[in-house]
Amino acid sequence: MDTSFAQRRRRDLIIAACCAVAAALVPLFVKDVYIQNIMVLTLMYAALSQSWNILSGYCGQISLGHALYFGLGAYTTALLFTKFGVLPWFGMFAGGVISALIAMALGYPCFRLRGHYFVIATIVIAETALLLFQNWDWAGAALGIDIPVRRDSWLYFQFTRSKLPYFYFALALACVAWLVTWWLEDSKWGFWWRAVKDNPDAAESLGVVVFDSKMGAAAVSAFLTAVGGSFYAQFVSYIDPESVMGFQFSLLMALPAVLGGIGTLWGPVLGAVVLIPLTELTRSYIGGSGRGVDLIVYGALIVAISLARPEGLIGLFSRGHPKEPAR
Amino acid sequence: MTALLETRGVWQRFGGLIANSDVSISVGRGEIVGLIGPNGAGKSTLFNLIAGVLPPTQGSIWFDGEDVTKMPAAVRCQRGIGRTFQVVKSFETMTVIDNVIVGALIRTTVMREARRKAHEVLEFAGLAARANVLASDLVPSEKRRLEVARALATEPKLLLLDEVLTGLTPTEAQTGVDLVRRVRDTGITVLMVEHVMEIVMPLVDRAIVLDLGKVLTEGKPADVVRDPKVITAYLGDRHAVGA
Repeated sequence: MDTSFAQRRRRDLIIAACCAVAAALVPLFVKDVYIQNIMVLTLMYAALSQSWNILSGYCGQISLGHALYFGLGAYTTALLFTKFGVLPWFGMFAGGVISALIAMALGYPCFRLRGHYFVIATIVIAETALLLFQNWDWAGAALGIDIPVRRDSWLYFQFTRSKLPYFYFALALACVAWLVTWWLEDSKWGFWWRAVKDNPDAAESLGVVVFDSKMGAAAVSAFLTAVGGSFYAQFVSYIDPESVMGFQFSLLMALPAVLGGIGTLWGPVLGAVVLIPLTELTRSYIGGSGRGVDLIVYGALIVAISLARPEGLIGLFSRGHPKEPAR
Repeated sequence: MTALLETRGVWQRFGGLIANSDVSISVGRGEIVGLIGPNGAGKSTLFNLIAGVLPPTQGSIWFDGEDVTKMPAAVRCQRGIGRTFQVVKSFETMTVIDNVIVGALIRTTVMREARRKAHEVLEFAGLAARANVLASDLVPSEKRRLEVARALATEPKLLLLDEVLTGLTPTEAQTGVDLVRRVRDTGITVLMVEHVMEIVMPLVDRAIVLDLGKVLTEGKPADVVRDPKVITAYLGDRHAVGA
């Protein structure tokens, strides 16, 4: 019974494994540091967007304030390291836990809001946090934090000479985020989330505790996002409020999932692979002259995809059956 | 044995409007009870009070020997109250089988088990062939059956059906009637709201008539339809035979 379903899940897993192995081999051939940099960012945004997708795609609670969790992850790691000498690995975990707790504390009032009101609340809260950090002297205020360089090692998670360790960590992060989603998708939580997204009243009548489902999704999503933020802090080794908590991060986490296919397993990865290199390349080749041509190209692409495949790039893979559920 | 469901002096006010006033009904185990009445009689309100969508202004609701008045809908579902919606509320972006799995997950967290249960229920509801299509692709009568299937997957003791037979073609309605009978035969008590009398009357063991928020009368369907009070409520004074 249902072999097709089990087969599909196994197929997803195999495809993912192949992609991961292929991605892991790429640096053997690509030595260009600039390209490697783009690959790191692509993988990072794939992971971030996958995390965003859990709350906003599966559970349907559209958040445009995920920069908050990203920033919290970055700041927790950076502050613990510079002020108390705590290793980034613990900082990463602590950042995740703090973000998850804050997501739940914020969710407590916010999950009573529906639709647009919820979206607005997420934006306002993230912007408020940004202002708080800009004025918080102990945390470096608007100047930010320079993470002191010790030496290149996995212990400090610092590498000044090579991008490769970051690349492999970002790859691992993307894999973890994907696996978590893959696992959740076929679990009680995954089903509850999708039910809550489609029709909260019907879900409630079937025994789904809507509020708890949203809280669970928020916690998982915030935790993973914060881990991404921690990674980013280590990767760039200097953070300030605008560069880790700015609104653009909220958008950059949402866009790959939306473009790739919101609420689908592969959407965020697909979206990130198309979008992030394009963002970086347009910026460096046709941007920089101050005329914003790169943004025009970028905007045009988004419009084109939304017109041709409203369900996202994932729609390209469900051959001939646009209505067939994308996975 | 006590009744499976009992409402005791239930009132529901919406501002100045009294939707239910002092409604006390009971539903015995294994019965099919029809809740009927003209439009605006307070059927849907009572139904929602029983399902736990909102708490009554006054009075209490007892289910299976327990006071459930303050329990939210999700907890009542856990206790064994399943329901359908008058305006169907399918999970449109999910497949038919996934819709039903959501219901099954209240009794088990093992996915394999939930999926097996969902298949079983779809088979029972005659939707097995449509298991893998999106709920949004179903025709209206299939969506109604999906509502029933989803509720059945929660393994209810009491199934609340809100106008599941309304708006169907005669053939579809007959299929629906058969489904309700088969549901009862599996030991599930059914309370159904309908206002199309000719469909429900042959089906139910007992009918409760609501009018203007109050229980007008109750009894065997054959007696109820001949009750002058009921005829007056539905058609107005002029049509009441011998009144």
